[in-house]
Amino acid sequence: MFRTAQTFFGLLVVTFLLMPIVAILPLAFTSSVFLTYPIEEYSLRWFVELTTADAWRLSIMNSLIIGLGATLLSTVLGTLAALGLRTKALPFANLLRTMFLLPMVVPAVVLGVGMQMLFVNLGVASTYPGVIIAHAVLCVPFVIVSVSASLQGIDPSVEKAASSLGASPVKVFRRVTLPLALPGIISGAVFAFATSLDEVVITLFVAGPNQRTLARQMFSSIRENISPTVVAAALLLIIGTLCLGGLAALLRWRQERIALRAAP
Amino acid sequence: MSRASARERMGALLLIVPLLAFLAVFFLWPLWTMVRASVVDNTVSRVLPRTAAAIVSWDGQGLPPAQVHKALIEDLRQAEDQQALGETVRRLNSAVSGFRTLLTRTTNAVRDETNSGAIDLGDLDRRWKEPRFWLALREAVPPYTDRNLLAAVDMKRDAGGAIVSEDPGASANRLIMFRTFLVAAIVTLACATIGLPYAMLAAAVTGWKRTVLLLAVLVPLWTSLLVRTTAWFVLLQNEGLINGALQVLGITDGPLPLIFNRVGVVIAMTHVLLPFMVLPIYSVLLSVPRNLMQAAASMGAGPLRAFWRVLLPLSLPGLMSGSLLVYMVAIGYYITPALVGGANDQMISSVIAFYALGTANWGLAGALGVILLLVTMILYFIYGRLSKSPQLLGA
Repeated sequence: MFRTAQTFFGLLVVTFLLMPIVAILPLAFTSSVFLTYPIEEYSLRWFVELTTADAWRLSIMNSLIIGLGATLLSTVLGTLAALGLRTKALPFANLLRTMFLLPMVVPAVVLGVGMQMLFVNLGVASTYPGVIIAHAVLCVPFVIVSVSASLQGIDPSVEKAASSLGASPVKVFRRVTLPLALPGIISGAVFAFATSLDEVVITLFVAGPNQRTLARQMFSSIRENISPTVVAAALLLIIGTLCLGGLAALLRWRQERIALRAAP
Repeated sequence: MSRASARERMGALLLIVPLLAFLAVFFLWPLWTMVRASVVDNTVSRVLPRTAAAIVSWDGQGLPPAQVHKALIEDLRQAEDQQALGETVRRLNSAVSGFRTLLTRTTNAVRDETNSGAIDLGDLDRRWKEPRFWLALREAVPPYTDRNLLAAVDMKRDAGGAIVSEDPGASANRLIMFRTFLVAAIVTLACATIGLPYAMLAAAVTGWKRTVLLLAVLVPLWTSLLVRTTAWFVLLQNEGLINGALQVLGITDGPLPLIFNRVGVVIAMTHVLLPFMVLPIYSVLLSVPRNLMQAAASMGAGPLRAFWRVLLPLSLPGLMSGSLLVYMVAIGYYITPALVGGANDQMISSVIAFYALGTANWGLAGALGVILLLVTMILYFIYGRLSKSPQLLGA
């Protein structure tokens, strides 16, 4: 009796968690303008719309440009800082770490209002650099967490061994630390890209009509006039996220195999 | 300290400085700008600097001395920035209606007259003989104001400077704040009710069952928030799957109103935030030795008693951090209420966005933002104390 109830409850929650995502995806292939079941006829017209309509095509391009820019910026800054945080001699290390994670905690609307006011004064409001910077601020915590975790896994004696064998600090970093930290850096970059791809609120405040991202475009079309194009875009986002996640996992796996072969 | 460790420390600092500078400029400075905007009010003092300096000496009794009149005439004569002057007029007119015509008329008259000594404001317009216009001016000139912060909680200063409540019906900020805390509490409760038994189940089973239960939590966490909100939008609408299923099963005759109301907001937010409840409880339960429940049973406790006296107390730390996390994220939510909620479900974030994007009322948007920021920071501080590592899940 108790067992059955347990199983039933588990199934119920799993359904609640997964059903919404699974249930809407077929609607991307409907030929109707309404997002309702049953689907009378299947077609790819909404994907055609997604890739040909100016507003959608521009927004996909913008998401890629801004996502890549924000990923590059946050990964470089975050990786450097994570390397710095590793040193035990660093004063206020905990305070610094907390501050680096804060962008994840501050409500997006609050940060958005502040950024909008400041960016207007700095002259970067409604520009690509402005949006890239704003996204990078939100991506930094993910890079820090991911890179720090992979740095924590490095055995310090490996680096000591390298320098005792005569490698210069730069060479130790380049040949030992960096390759070992690379999986963490890559997954940090993937998280950063995914964060930028999904960001709406800050974009509402700092981007102009020319920097509309895919997520921003989806937000306004759900608000104003929802069509199956939104679901087609959602499917695209899911596939994109899955590919990125798969890529990160693959790179990590290869890295581990190389590491295993290098240290028999 | 040895030289090597001093060098190491320098190196670490050099690595950290770029990010520190980046976040100082593009994270802390924006927040500071917002805090400043909520308390700084230099609209009037920027356009009327002499008046602002002179009117301070007036005690507010009767009419201000002649030097204040002179300063105002000089300021109006020299005010060149038409846009700033317009903002000043608007600001003063919102305090005392009639200021718009009064200032426009006075400015024109002052500019036409070459000999500024010959102007008498009282003769020019009789309204300058009324103290209330001068009092409004005196109140508008200080560069710092608590007007916005008070307005954010539906309060204001009366003519005498005492803090009083805003007239009922004039503003709904208190109601919206109360609603924000209420919706966040309902969502937290819903997440706890579902998340606690779910996390216990996930910790109790092994093998593929555990994998499935955990994947079901992780997949939504890594799916775009917008995709999940779109999904609920499609499911909850009147012609959506849920209403369709209910009608096919004969449970309801017509569609239930599930979208653009509180029900929809709570369902969608619970779905989005449930992983933040399940994962902390699960990780706490993982560290509980498996044989503890068996020990309780061997000592004669029934399953219910063992649960109540052993498992529940042990999962409390996870439940506490999960609840704090969910509540903290929920009070700042914008996208889901904006898309799935109706006009009566908008939370504090929506109001901030409305003032900032819609009416460009930076002062009030900033003041509401300060309140939201403060509450979030206090919750984060408690969260950091409770769970020793101040890291958020999902990262």
